[in-house]
Amino acid sequence: MSLKAFHLIFVTLLTALSFGCAAWAFQSGSVLWGVAGIAAGIFVIVYGIYFLKKLKNVSYL
Amino acid sequence: MEIPYTVQNRPDTGIYNAKLGIWLFLASEVMLFGGLFSAYILLRVGAEPGMWPHGWLNVTLGTVNTLLLALSAITTLLAWAACKVRDFTKFKIFHACTILLALTFLGIKSYEYRDKLIHYEIALASGKFADGHLVEKSADFNLAKKTGTVTLHGRIVEDEKELMDLRSPAAQSAKLDEVTIAAADIKKMENYGPKHNTFTAIYFTLTGLHALHILGGTLVIFYFWAFGGAMWKKDPERFTNRIEVSGLFWHFVDLVWIFLFPVLYLT
Repeated sequence: MSLKAFHLIFVTLLTALSFGCAAWAFQSGSVLWGVAGIAAGIFVIVYGIYFLKKLKNVSYL
Repeated sequence: MEIPYTVQNRPDTGIYNAKLGIWLFLASEVMLFGGLFSAYILLRVGAEPGMWPHGWLNVTLGTVNTLLLALSAITTLLAWAACKVRDFTKFKIFHACTILLALTFLGIKSYEYRDKLIHYEIALASGKFADGHLVEKSADFNLAKKTGTVTLHGRIVEDEKELMDLRSPAAQSAKLDEVTIAAADIKKMENYGPKHNTFTAIYFTLTGLHALHILGGTLVIFYFWAFGGAMWKKDPERFTNRIEVSGLFWHFVDLVWIFLFPVLYLT
């Protein structure tokens, strides 16, 4: 597995963490942190798409 | 003698040797951290009701550290991508960022450790508990001889359980003050170091081991950043593979933090 593939796993888990943190924040009553978590999650997804396009010629192996 | 398969993929494994080596190493690391995570789960489910701490760690600092490591994973990838397109200047810039981010992470972690080590819980002879950050100890303070006084910035509670959940409304509304206690009134005095309870023990073990990995990774990345120029000129493909291998290790360490942060800071 190349660094590209591992980075993709990392980005996926980071997205899950961001949305998970947002859920935790909403549950704790902190709307601001919740919105920040959702924004971070969306940003990470956008970054993930950007990174896949940038490294489209690099192998996953 | 030339070392084989540093650049070309080995026919039987399909990858170059260093990549196979780092994945075998990372497999052993998964077992190491997996064992410690299992220990955390068993300690937590085995804790007496109401005696597992909540809200003891600073979520803001933990979030900042998560962002720092996430950014460092991106700069590591970009450094490798720069090597792939043979742009050594960009590689130097991105890896300098990785090193700075890692050092900032370690600085914040050190601050968090210091905060725990100057935080004391004192069991009083009256059966109550004093809890707070150390302000000062009098010059003649000696717990064994029962002389002098100690001053904390914190509060006194009736039951130790009141100190466990700092997210509870009672703990949130508690007023913190300077409390001076005579050594003669102290039954037991202990900071929030690893031996304080099972939570601090597993917290320091997990985050300490993780911080050592960050330190080790930073040293390797610094070595490539500072002394990698010679290999880059001689064999850029081999150097690029080295950067990929260090990047794989760095991503693993970041991935461990992605699990550590919610488990320790948010639960």
